[in-house]
Amino acid sequence: MCLAIPMRVTKVEGNPDDFTTNQIATVDADGISREIRLDVVDHWPAIGDYVIVHAGFAIHSLVEEEALKNLALLRELAENMPAELLS
Amino acid sequence: MKYLDEYRDSSLAKSLVAELQKAVTKPLRIMEVCGSHTMAIFRNGIRSILPEGLELISGPGCPVCVTSAPHMDAFIAIADKPGIRVTIFGDLFRVPGSHGSLANASSRGAKIDIVYSSMDALEIAKNHPEDLVVFLGVGFETTTPGIAATILAAKTQNIKNFMVFSTQKVMPPPLIALLNDPELKINGLLCPGHVSSIIGAGAYQPLADKYHLACVVAGFETADLLKGLIFLARQIGRGEAKVENTYERVVSWGGNPRAMKMVDEIFEPSDMEWRGLGVIPGSGLKIREKYADFDAEVRLNITLPEAHEAKGCMCGNILKGINTPRECPLFNSRCTPTNPIGPCMVSSEGTCAAFHKYGLDM
Ligand code: SF4
Repeated sequence: MCLAIPMRVTKVEGNPDDFTTNQIATVDADGISREIRLDVVDHWPAIGDYVIVHAGFAIHSLVEEEALKNLALLRELAENMPAELLS
Repeated sequence: MKYLDEYRDSSLAKSLVAELQKAVTKPLRIMEVCGSHTMAIFRNGIRSILPEGLELISGPGCPVCVTSAPHMDAFIAIADKPGIRVTIFGDLFRVPGSHGSLANASSRGAKIDIVYSSMDALEIAKNHPEDLVVFLGVGFETTTPGIAATILAAKTQNIKNFMVFSTQKVMPPPLIALLNDPELKINGLLCPGHVSSIIGAGAYQPLADKYHLACVVAGFETADLLKGLIFLARQIGRGEAKVENTYERVVSWGGNPRAMKMVDEIFEPSDMEWRGLGVIPGSGLKIREKYADFDAEVRLNITLPEAHEAKGCMCGNILKGINTPRECPLFNSRCTPTNPIGPCMVSSEGTCAAFHKYGLDM
């Protein structure tokens, strides 16, 4: 159920504070474009941000920077190891 | 997406496995709570590369698997009523109740639509004004906010033939119930990724404080999972019990207040029955009276039937991490994905289905 692949936002509609507007984003995942809901996303995304989508709803939006930071931490973890363990 | 590949980078994984090996200094039993973690662990072959002494057991985090037999029977009874159209997430379709499944109901004429999102169920209600459309809510914190938003949308748009039968469940209470069970001996919890994005890593602090349990939130890629396990092993090795978050790109300490506010608007805590775990106080969510027009339990006057669990099915103990599928006498003999006896074999996140799919069946 928890597809963890972030999808890139290409279009945003609606007003984050007004639930009577249709809060919808268009996202692109592997070249496929589709609409998802923004009713419960933590931060209102900008075009170019990434969102984690669950059952049609974005639940988290993240900027590429955050994702890269996370990756750097993983690398650090790997680099702190003695060389003989890396082979 | 380009950086995603790096989380799957095999040389990175190799180094992380080596690091994990180093971190495991004594026998460890770690429970992965979330059904999606269970699947990701199998899919990425992580079980086969675990260092000796590290045992992973699956917990009660597959929403379909923990749906009680009376709820399953009530779902089927609703679907069989004339004038009702039931909408579900696909995983529920083939789960057996006391007598057959929703799939059987469908073949005898019940109207059942599988939807990807609860909003799709609302669309179906708009397109079928002649039917009462009931969405069967089965899930955890990840699906509840969307269902709440759907109910709010139904109210705003004044759609009168849409309602939800909520068996929505919340995460920390069943973990506390499990930790009070003396049969379960675990050293650490691999906490769910996306449930935590809603409730925040801080939600596990009571487990660390009260039960001296190491809790680490992790993501779903190979590197994420290994990182989570390394942090757990190190923490336990040092004799500590704290909450650590290794999935910072998605999970914060405080969670998603926007989603939690939406849930609180529509739902209130209730006691809920879990398969295998019984009734756990405050572990469910029911629709507030203010939104009773969208509450199927109220509008259709649903009472839960007496139900019986399939004879010999050990799902309950498997959900509690006490037994593994291999210990079930029906596993892979009478119970297979094409002919499932219990929900743990039906759901794509079920432990029995995972053991079957990845060949851990000897
Ligand atoms: S193998 Fe089948 S019968 Fe046995 S516990 Fe799993 S679902 Fe139940």
